[in-house]
Amino acid sequence: MWKLLKYLKEYRKESICAPLFKLLEASFELLVPLVMARIIDVGIKNQDTAYILRMCLLMVALGLIGLACSVTAQYFSAKAAVGFSAKLREVLFAHIQALSFTEMDDIGTSTLITRMTSDINQVQSGVNLFLRLFMRSPFIVFGAMIMAFTIDTKAALVFVVVIPVLCVIVFGIMLISIPMYRRVQERLDRVVRLTRENLLGVRVIRAFCREPQEVQDFDEKNEALVKVQLLSGRISALMNPMTYVVVNVGLVALLYVGASRVDAGIITQGSVVALVNYMSQILVELVKLANLIITVTKAIACGNRIQTVLEVPVGMESGLASSTLKEQMDEIHAESLSETAAVSFDHVVFRYRGAGADALDDLTFTAKRGETIGIIGGTGSGKTSLVSLIPRFYDVSAGCVRVNGRDVREYSPDELRQKVGIVMQKPVLFKGTIRSNLLWGNEDATDEDLIEAIRAAQAEDVLRAHGKEADRADDAAGEKGVSKRAEELLRESLDAPVEQEGRNFSGGQKQRLTIARALVRHPEILILDDSASALDFATDARLRAAIRDLNHKTSAKKAGCHSPQTAGEKTDTPSGSMTVFIVSQRTSSIAHADKIIVLEDGRVAGIGTHKELLKTCEVYRETHYSQFPKAGNDTKREPEKQERASGEQRTPGRETKQSAGACGKEVLA
Amino acid sequence: MKKKSGQKEILMRVLTCIRPHAALVGLSLAMAVLSVVLTLYLPVLTGQIVDYVIGPGEVDFEAIFAIMRKMAAAILVTALAQWLMNIFNNRIVYRVSSEVRKQAFRKIEILPLQYLDTHSSGETVSRVIADVDQFSDGLLMGFTQLFTGVVTILGTLFFMLSVNIRITLVVVLLTPVSLLVANFIAKRTYTMFRKQSETRGEQTALIDEMIGNQKVVQAYGQEAHMQEQFNEVNKRLSDYSLRAIFFSSLTNPCTRFVNSLVYTGVGLTGALSVVGGLMTVGQLSAFLSYANQYTKPFNEISGVVTELQNALACAGRIFELIDAEAEISDEDAQAVLPQAPGAVTLEHVSFSYTKKTPLIEDFNLSVRPGQRVAIVGPTGCGKTTMINLLMRFYDVDGGSIAIEGRDIRCLKRKDLRGAYGMVLQDTWLRAGTIRDNISMGRPDATEEEVIQAAKDSHAHSFIRRLPQGYDTVIGENGGNLSQGQKQLLCIARVMLTLPPMLILDEATSSIDTRTEIRIQQAFQKMMQGRTSFIVAHRLSTIQNADVILVMRDGSVIEQGTHQELLAKEGFYAELYNSQFVMPE
Repeated sequence: MWKLLKYLKEYRKESICAPLFKLLEASFELLVPLVMARIIDVGIKNQDTAYILRMCLLMVALGLIGLACSVTAQYFSAKAAVGFSAKLREVLFAHIQALSFTEMDDIGTSTLITRMTSDINQVQSGVNLFLRLFMRSPFIVFGAMIMAFTIDTKAALVFVVVIPVLCVIVFGIMLISIPMYRRVQERLDRVVRLTRENLLGVRVIRAFCREPQEVQDFDEKNEALVKVQLLSGRISALMNPMTYVVVNVGLVALLYVGASRVDAGIITQGSVVALVNYMSQILVELVKLANLIITVTKAIACGNRIQTVLEVPVGMESGLASSTLKEQMDEIHAESLSETAAVSFDHVVFRYRGAGADALDDLTFTAKRGETIGIIGGTGSGKTSLVSLIPRFYDVSAGCVRVNGRDVREYSPDELRQKVGIVMQKPVLFKGTIRSNLLWGNEDATDEDLIEAIRAAQAEDVLRAHGKEADRADDAAGEKGVSKRAEELLRESLDAPVEQEGRNFSGGQKQRLTIARALVRHPEILILDDSASALDFATDARLRAAIRDLNHKTSAKKAGCHSPQTAGEKTDTPSGSMTVFIVSQRTSSIAHADKIIVLEDGRVAGIGTHKELLKTCEVYRETHYSQFPKAGNDTKREPEKQERASGEQRTPGRETKQSAGACGKEVLA
Repeated sequence: MKKKSGQKEILMRVLTCIRPHAALVGLSLAMAVLSVVLTLYLPVLTGQIVDYVIGPGEVDFEAIFAIMRKMAAAILVTALAQWLMNIFNNRIVYRVSSEVRKQAFRKIEILPLQYLDTHSSGETVSRVIADVDQFSDGLLMGFTQLFTGVVTILGTLFFMLSVNIRITLVVVLLTPVSLLVANFIAKRTYTMFRKQSETRGEQTALIDEMIGNQKVVQAYGQEAHMQEQFNEVNKRLSDYSLRAIFFSSLTNPCTRFVNSLVYTGVGLTGALSVVGGLMTVGQLSAFLSYANQYTKPFNEISGVVTELQNALACAGRIFELIDAEAEISDEDAQAVLPQAPGAVTLEHVSFSYTKKTPLIEDFNLSVRPGQRVAIVGPTGCGKTTMINLLMRFYDVDGGSIAIEGRDIRCLKRKDLRGAYGMVLQDTWLRAGTIRDNISMGRPDATEEEVIQAAKDSHAHSFIRRLPQGYDTVIGENGGNLSQGQKQLLCIARVMLTLPPMLILDEATSSIDTRTEIRIQQAFQKMMQGRTSFIVAHRLSTIQNADVILVMRDGSVIEQGTHQELLAKEGFYAELYNSQFVMPE
């Protein structure tokens, strides 16, 4: 918790002024009993009404000054606390964003969310109260003691005894309750997790009729939470009565001492009243403190939880600044771009943290610029791990991954990831519009770019389905003038809203939009991680064809008007600039690839083209024939082709489908 | 005004929740009264002592000791009463909030999928957790402070009246000022608090989305962009927070100022009274401390009111969840399924998620026991919807679905769902050990059975290689397991339960085809004579199905065996052939 306080620095002025003004206010408050004593000792004794009135006016004045000070203090402390928690949220958010995939996997999402929200809220109120009260209360307590000394040294000794006892009680209870609150938060975490699980896994839980067990489980976890809550409550419940006893015993002692001092003629009756007043001021202050200590204790427990997250080191060291990198990149471009491997793996070994075995073992291959690389392999053979290393989601355990001939660890993450468009297995969209989601790929993309990418990703019908209701009628009506009108409508439907995590889109729709998002970027390296799994075969084929097509276009475009350095290179690479990685279970999806990497248990079982692998690689052959039964494979080929051709005409699909189909044929042929 | 009545209703609900603890509430009240009365009695005693301390040589120690004994007794009893009251309050509050949480969770278990599919899980979680928390905090403060506050006010008034009526009147006349000030501030604060909690909700949603999908954010290098978006909301939030906190914290100094006025008023009239010989100095000192104690509760109550309003708002959100319409109860469901059901009939089924866009219309299908039914079709044609209907995650809008001639709406959901084993494309594993995940459907399964199921689903070999084998704990999202491995575990889970019927929705989409074939063989052995429904894109996996339903736009356009459909040269043939198109 204490380390977090450095984020208060920006609010140093406020966090010093707040307690300061609070102290001022408190000191004026401390003067009040003195004035009252004067009223009793001087005013009443001398029957001086005018003096009493003057003194009362003085008390009002003191109250006013106190009010001014207090308001100022409240403002400063509120500003400091809010500013502090805002800063903390910002820092924590930034830190979480910087965490590598390994750490994210380790920590878990739901606890991060709790820490980001409820824990920080607790800390905010804790800091606010801390600034206001933790200075004020001790000040009043000690101030009361000092004032007591000014009245009578011997009577004041009672305070000297009482105050340390109070300190022991207050801090003792705090010390005991901090770990307790931490346990409360931990148990709360468990309740959160179970609730989240039951919401996300509702279908499975109901399918297995697990509801009674889940309820039982929840009751247990809930009961465990309540038990700790009660326990910690029982301890903080001691605070009030204990301090009450101590202060009042002190009061009795004070009265006794005061009485004997008066008896001896050392102090006056008024002084005793003042002393009693000071003691009761301490009590009042402590009652307040006791209620607030709970808040502060919670805040410390929560602050510690935040601190733990902030202390998780950012796993990766980023590479050189992008400026120097650019220079080096230029060099490389100048040297031999056409020959440079876009991606190369050099004896790469990779193991997930805490895993029992290597996910990838001694992997070596090279992907040339513009090549399409297919990756296939058994379940858990390391396909996703392999492609995750290219944008450096994880760091290799040994060996080296190079992009454009440079170790990925030498790039700044931005620079590297700018080059890569990755479509993950689990498609995710974010709240906003279709447009805002696609712009993630490239903020400067025009509507045409977006629509082009959507077309390539076979997602045009998604756009149509989510466009305005009127679209449909227009679509049906204007068969002829469609193209112009449709274009406009498409553009409009780019503004179709996307709900949180893309809830309002089906799995297949999301998948195609995430592909479009990657394409908008015109990445140097495109990675499709089994991202066509929710698409049927025909769509999948059209998609691949369109990506190829796009690749041609892009390279042409780039050669035409974009950076001159890439222009030179384009001329000698006939298949375009984009290097494509396709991870798939279907041999048909990768059969056209320039190179296919067959993985088995994290090792390369074969590298080559479809034909080569069919001859040389047992694993590949088996995989392929499990999808294309060997028997009749040859005889089937011919009729199939005919069927395809005729099928295309029969398909009552939309124009794009046909054009894409045509593209596909061209490529596949 | 409407809001007010809503608050009243919520308050009544809260009170009903507290009712079971009425005895404790009574005890707590009694303790509050006891401790307040004694606390107030103490200054009287102190005042008496002061009166015995007149001047040098004029101190009556004997009388003082007698009073001190009374004081000691009063102090101890007060402390005890306070402690008991705190304990009772804690118990009431934590029990009530735990009860509310339980109710909310039980509700989640019976909410229709319709509700859960349309509400973000983050929001629902925050209702069950954060709102209940706020609610219990507010309740606790209400109990401890409002309670004692009101009792203190009444008690002080009584004591003051017993000492001196004139000065009491001064106090009573000055208090409304304090209330007015507090009220004035509270009103302004409330709107700020509302804005703050709205913005907080917005921020939580953003955080939930971003952190939940951090990997995508990183892949697109959107961190800076996100941070910007976050900072914008954060800025707004801290603006509102600052105002809310500042305004609300004004209450305290302001009422304290009013209090000091009251104090001065008492001092003035008191001192003049003493001068006029109407009261003693000891009485004045007692009065002064009453004036202090009398005004303090106003201070606290004004603070508590905002807190309570907040608590009520949160309670409202929780009750909204608890009151959400549950699935239609199946209490009265009488029909009983035979031992091994297998015949499924769908008659004139129609269904849509939203009234506007019809999805499935007049769907008819009759499945004989032991048949394997495959459902194919392009993305979004309603395949998954069919499964939602079969499992009765959603109820049909029209027509009926029956198993063995019994309408599924006449069955208990437990019986219906128990008859199916289901594997979905969207794998879901819970945080826990591999073993727990596999044995989820049959927690009493033996180690051998679990391992056998894992072997059948070809998950055994990868599980064995995990650091702790079957005891390996996997994280919230399945941790480092690959998508395919997660699917294998889900399949093992079903293999273990050995259900009479089977539903596979793209269950093997991320599993390599060689393993898939082996798993299918295991399934085939297992499903001998059992009805199964299979949704798949890989048509190779469904060729052996007895009936293939080709769906498009919510209706079946073709139906038959693989051979029949190929011969038809229709949509299925086209789909089928497209997957064999290989480059030269």
